[in-house]
Amino acid sequence: MTLIRHLFGSSIGLKYVMAVTGLLLVVYVVGHMLGNLLIFVGRDALNAYAETLQSSTMLLWTARVVLLAVFVVHIGCGAKLAMSNRDARPIRYAHNDTVQASVASRTMIWTGLVVLVFVAYHLAHFTLHLVHYDGSFVDAQGRHDVYRMVVESFRMPLVSGLYIAAQVVLWFHLTHGIGSLFQSLGLRSSRSQRLIRNAGRAIAAAVLIGNVAMPVAALTGLLEASP
Amino acid sequence: MDLTLHVWRQPAPDRPGRMVTYRAEGISPNSSFLEMLDLVNEGLIARGEEPIAFDHDCREGICGTCSLMINGVAHGPEAGTTACQLHMRSFRDGDEITVEPWRAKPFPVIRDLVVDRSAFDRIMEAGGFVSVNTGGAPDANALPIPKEAADRAMDAAACIGCGACVASCKNASAMLYVAAKVSHLALLPQGEPERGRRVAAMVRQMDIEGFGNCTNQYECEAVCPKEISVEFIAKMNREYMRAMLTGAGG
Amino acid sequence: MDNGMLLESRVPDGPLAEKWTRHRFEMKLVSPANKRRYHIIVVGSGLAGASVAATLAELGYAVSCFCYQDSARRAHSIAAQGGINAAKNYQNDGDSVYRLFHDTVKGGDFRSREANVYRLAEISGAIIDQCVAQGVPFAREYGGLLANRSFGGAQVSRTFYARGQTGQQLLLGACSALSRQIGRGAVKMYPRTEMLDVVLVDGAARGIVTRNLATGEVRSFAGHAVVLATGGYGNVFFLSTNAKGCNVTACHRAYKRGAGFANPCFTQIHPTCIPVAGEHQSKLTLMSESLRNDGRVWVPKKKGDRRPARDIPEDERDYYLERKYPSFGNLAPRDIASRSAKEVCDEGRGVGETGRGVYLDFEDAIERLGENVIRQRYGNLFHMYRKITAEDPYSVPMRIYPAVHYTMGGLWVDYDLMSTIPGLFVLGEANFSDHGANRLGASALMQGLADGYFIAPYTIGNYIGTAKPANVGTDHDAFARVENEVRERTRRLLSVAGKRSVDSFHKDLGEIMWEYCGMSRSENGLRKAIELIPGLREEFWKDVRVLGENEHYNICLEKAGRVADFLEFGEVMCLDALARDESCGGHFREEHQTEEGEALRNDEEFCHVAVWQHREGEPPRRHVEPLHFETVELATRSYK
Ligand SMILES: Cc1cc2nc3c(=O)[nH]c(=O)nc-3n(C[C@H](O)[C@H](O)[C@H](O)COP(=O)(O)OP(=O)(O)OC[C@H]3O[C@@H](n4cnc5c(N)ncnc54)[C@H](O)[C@@H]3O)c2cc1C
Ligand code: HEM
Ligand code: HEM
Ligand code: SF4
Ligand code: F3S
Ligand code: FES
Repeated sequence: MTLIRHLFGSSIGLKYVMAVTGLLLVVYVVGHMLGNLLIFVGRDALNAYAETLQSSTMLLWTARVVLLAVFVVHIGCGAKLAMSNRDARPIRYAHNDTVQASVASRTMIWTGLVVLVFVAYHLAHFTLHLVHYDGSFVDAQGRHDVYRMVVESFRMPLVSGLYIAAQVVLWFHLTHGIGSLFQSLGLRSSRSQRLIRNAGRAIAAAVLIGNVAMPVAALTGLLEASP
Repeated sequence: MDLTLHVWRQPAPDRPGRMVTYRAEGISPNSSFLEMLDLVNEGLIARGEEPIAFDHDCREGICGTCSLMINGVAHGPEAGTTACQLHMRSFRDGDEITVEPWRAKPFPVIRDLVVDRSAFDRIMEAGGFVSVNTGGAPDANALPIPKEAADRAMDAAACIGCGACVASCKNASAMLYVAAKVSHLALLPQGEPERGRRVAAMVRQMDIEGFGNCTNQYECEAVCPKEISVEFIAKMNREYMRAMLTGAGG
Repeated sequence: MDNGMLLESRVPDGPLAEKWTRHRFEMKLVSPANKRRYHIIVVGSGLAGASVAATLAELGYAVSCFCYQDSARRAHSIAAQGGINAAKNYQNDGDSVYRLFHDTVKGGDFRSREANVYRLAEISGAIIDQCVAQGVPFAREYGGLLANRSFGGAQVSRTFYARGQTGQQLLLGACSALSRQIGRGAVKMYPRTEMLDVVLVDGAARGIVTRNLATGEVRSFAGHAVVLATGGYGNVFFLSTNAKGCNVTACHRAYKRGAGFANPCFTQIHPTCIPVAGEHQSKLTLMSESLRNDGRVWVPKKKGDRRPARDIPEDERDYYLERKYPSFGNLAPRDIASRSAKEVCDEGRGVGETGRGVYLDFEDAIERLGENVIRQRYGNLFHMYRKITAEDPYSVPMRIYPAVHYTMGGLWVDYDLMSTIPGLFVLGEANFSDHGANRLGASALMQGLADGYFIAPYTIGNYIGTAKPANVGTDHDAFARVENEVRERTRRLLSVAGKRSVDSFHKDLGEIMWEYCGMSRSENGLRKAIELIPGLREEFWKDVRVLGENEHYNICLEKAGRVADFLEFGEVMCLDALARDESCGGHFREEHQTEEGEALRNDEEFCHVAVWQHREGEPPRRHVEPLHFETVELATRSYK
């Protein structure tokens, strides 16, 4: 109980929660990206991978529930922090200036919310199949043809554009987020500070490049839709 | 030099305030920012207007009383410098300068540019001490302290309690101040026994006062006149974690 | 009670080294259960005030503490840079309680009380222990033990320091102890609250009247004893190294209620401050004295030589300290160095725009040691100098000039730190006790903490245990009377509605004081000042412009009250300087100097403390407490 109170009832506790959920999300995003990059290996690789993921309902749903919880908590705490931060300065400055705080760090809630909207759209698209989906994606082995679904969607410039834009926003969120989580967890020292910041930016960039590569490859015809 | 000032004027805590424009003429580049305000005030008094109230005392950059938001930056454009040590040569003839009080819910305006920072004191009262009574202390050299630890503690202890960190933080968070205080004692063996209780109590009070939360923006560090490092915030986060996990925080 | 000012020092009998121990044993105690029924009022939260308030509360008394700043931690003790002395002899260089005692008496030019000074030295070690236990991060050696340095020309290394922020760290230590008691509810803290008068009931101090600076509320507080730890009055000079708010009000009000004021003319002028840059300057900044270890002080030989320093050839420079004091040279003591600087500037050889400055030149040192060594030694000071003056001391000489720094004078107190008003205790810079006519570097911090942690908590207990003061509430007539007087004064200040600002009067007063009662004083000058000050005071009450009203934060009103008191007090200082017809320590009377211009003491006639008693409508009366030197032999200081 005290632990819960410290975690959710104090400003520093909330920071730990943000950091841990943020970290889990980063791990998910990186893993998800690596899996998706199988698209460059080929249709078979990706579809097999997708099927493996779907094979155990138990595992799938546990992972989904955990992921959902992590999202909800991350967003919930983020929103709570952002709101109490607004309250802490009821009268704003007439003249605002910033010396050092990065734009990314000052817009976390907004970039986060954009990512949220993207995720909703993304789920509707690839998981719930509510948009851009005609129900005919089955490959030669009778598996769900994830490969074709993705590549065909990304052939549409509008869809690709949306994805790429979202990835840029996510990248921005992560340029601050990854380094920041070390500070929140107290894992930063003056010696490791540069390393952490640079590693964080490198991971953010890697995620951006990896994720953007897919729509770009589809648009440019590098990835072929039909075998 | 001649300058145009836009200054927040507010007659009393419960009365509305507004920005008022003044001219500051014939200012010597060698005078300090506060001396420039003194001169403007002399002019106001001569015209029968009440002078601009601002907080100050030592005018040497050590008491932490002066507290001016100058063109949107706490203590003005010079890094590692309090407003009282800021000199007018940092500005150019003809500049427009906006001067505002610290803005944060826990720092209500008393008058014009003067705010009430007693929230800081209440945080200290909650736990910012080592519980030793006068007398009965062992010999000062009984317990050697590594020079590095003493130096680091001093880095943190250099905080002058001015509140610029709060004023400049986009979240109006007091983390840098509290972190400096917590770290100073946590780094010394004398502070060890109460380490967990202290950080828990001080953070709790910080939250009760209504400061914002730190989202690691590091603006505070950039304006801190004593250049206290945000590394101490990481240190405090660690201290809090330890207190939480060991149950020392209660 | 016309000539009734009882100056009984109450120094206990017995050998010097045993007085304090014996006295502590003989003191009356207050039973722990009773302490909480006694309410002690502490005005001031500097080293002296914060330490005594915390300690009294630890002992069980109910304490109220007041300061004019917005937080206790901002008292001017925070500005002390150099360090704090203690006879720990950690360096094994022959220091001892006796040596610290001896140095302090001698440094004070034999105008302090032996027994008090001995006690101070005796307690000094415990102060360091206490501060370390509180977590004061003193400088340390690699072995983990405390570092020391020698300071202000002392021959032993007994000064403890925390970078250049010793006062700050000690005050934060004391304030942390105070915070703890505030948190416990044992001390009630009243920041932004200025004491405007003390209230006497049956001749004893029983309370104070204050004004809340934020709301204007005038309010009385009643207690069983009152402690003043309100710091020094250097701001009577307008320009000084003191904080802008430092004032004499608390002490002056006590003086007007009957407390004797001792040696008001004893002020210390520090030789190495950044000179005044222009007429709108508000404050002087101290540069550490250590600079004189490597810098050479000079002025041009020719009057009015306006060439840049580097264009003046070697043989046209006058290294006057080296010339006049060949063996001490640039390290001549504070008062000598200050006076010599004034002399050369008076001759028209001063440097800088105002002609009030001398060079402190590092060219030779940089040549000899290299810029790096100098940077290591003084980098932070050079940086600060550049920040303020925009000049680079590595390439052009620094300009320095003396400035008012400390006031040795203060309310007279006996061995128990009680003033001539029973129940009114005075601690720290506010009392006159330990530094005689000149204070040694790093001993003010020591004195403030000795008074607050280790002396007053005992002696106040003794007073309470002996006098057993009955309860008096603020409903007593005496409070209503004083409160009305305070209100009336405020009303008068607001109703003058003249034309001149408070600051302009303060500056005028400062000029008079600096000119005639500053670094060197003469009978004629002092008489002139004594003529000028009442005139200025009169004009103040006719022509001052205090805008706004009482009921809110009012910076005009706040300052006006302080300056009104300075205008009265400055005169007492001049009277004291005039009456002390000798030179001693920081008090230099031009009439009394050796052929070489050294201060000439007159022990026959002036080996005493001068104590001034206020009389309504009449000039104050001077009393004396003779000083006896039984342990340290009266001797002349020499620096040749
Ligand atoms: C720049 C500078 C450097 C110094 N360096 C050294 C050094 O290196 N070593 C050393 O030993 N000494 C040094 N000194 C001297 C030393 O700092 C002081 O003498 C000492 O700190 C005084 O302490 P205090 O507690 O008596 O008074 P202060 O610290 O001045 O405290 C006075 C308190 O009284 C309060 N007060 C005053 N008037 C009123 C009123 N009317 N009503 C209510 N409250 C009031 C104030 O708010 C404050 O809390 C230095 C002094 C200066 C100015
Ligand atoms: C895949 C999606 C996301 C990832 C990988 C992610 C990652 C992170 C990380 C690592 C942090 C830093 C935590 C810290 O500083 O300790 C962070 C902070 C933050 N995130 Fe996210 N986040 C994601 C989505 C979101 C969403 C949808 C929101 C929506 C509101 C959001 C809002 C925030 C906010 C406000 C912060 C700053 C909080 C703080 O630093 O204290 N994030 N995020
Ligand atoms: C261009 C980049 C991306 C591609 C190509 C992509 C592709 C996919 C695909 C194909 C699926 C469906 C898998 C299946 O149902 O078999 C999926 C699911 C999902 N994606 Fe992405 N994705 C991308 C980026 C992201 C990002 C940035 C996030 C998070 C911020 C994300 C979060 C999710 C989630 C939460 C699911 C649902 C997983 C589940 O089934 O529970 N994706 N993605
Ligand atoms: S941390 Fe820096 S900015 Fe904040 S109160 Fe301390 S000195 Fe001021
Ligand atoms: S600027 Fe604010 S967000 Fe944190 S790092 Fe400093 S307190
Ligand atoms: S007035 Fe003291 S720090 Fe500025």
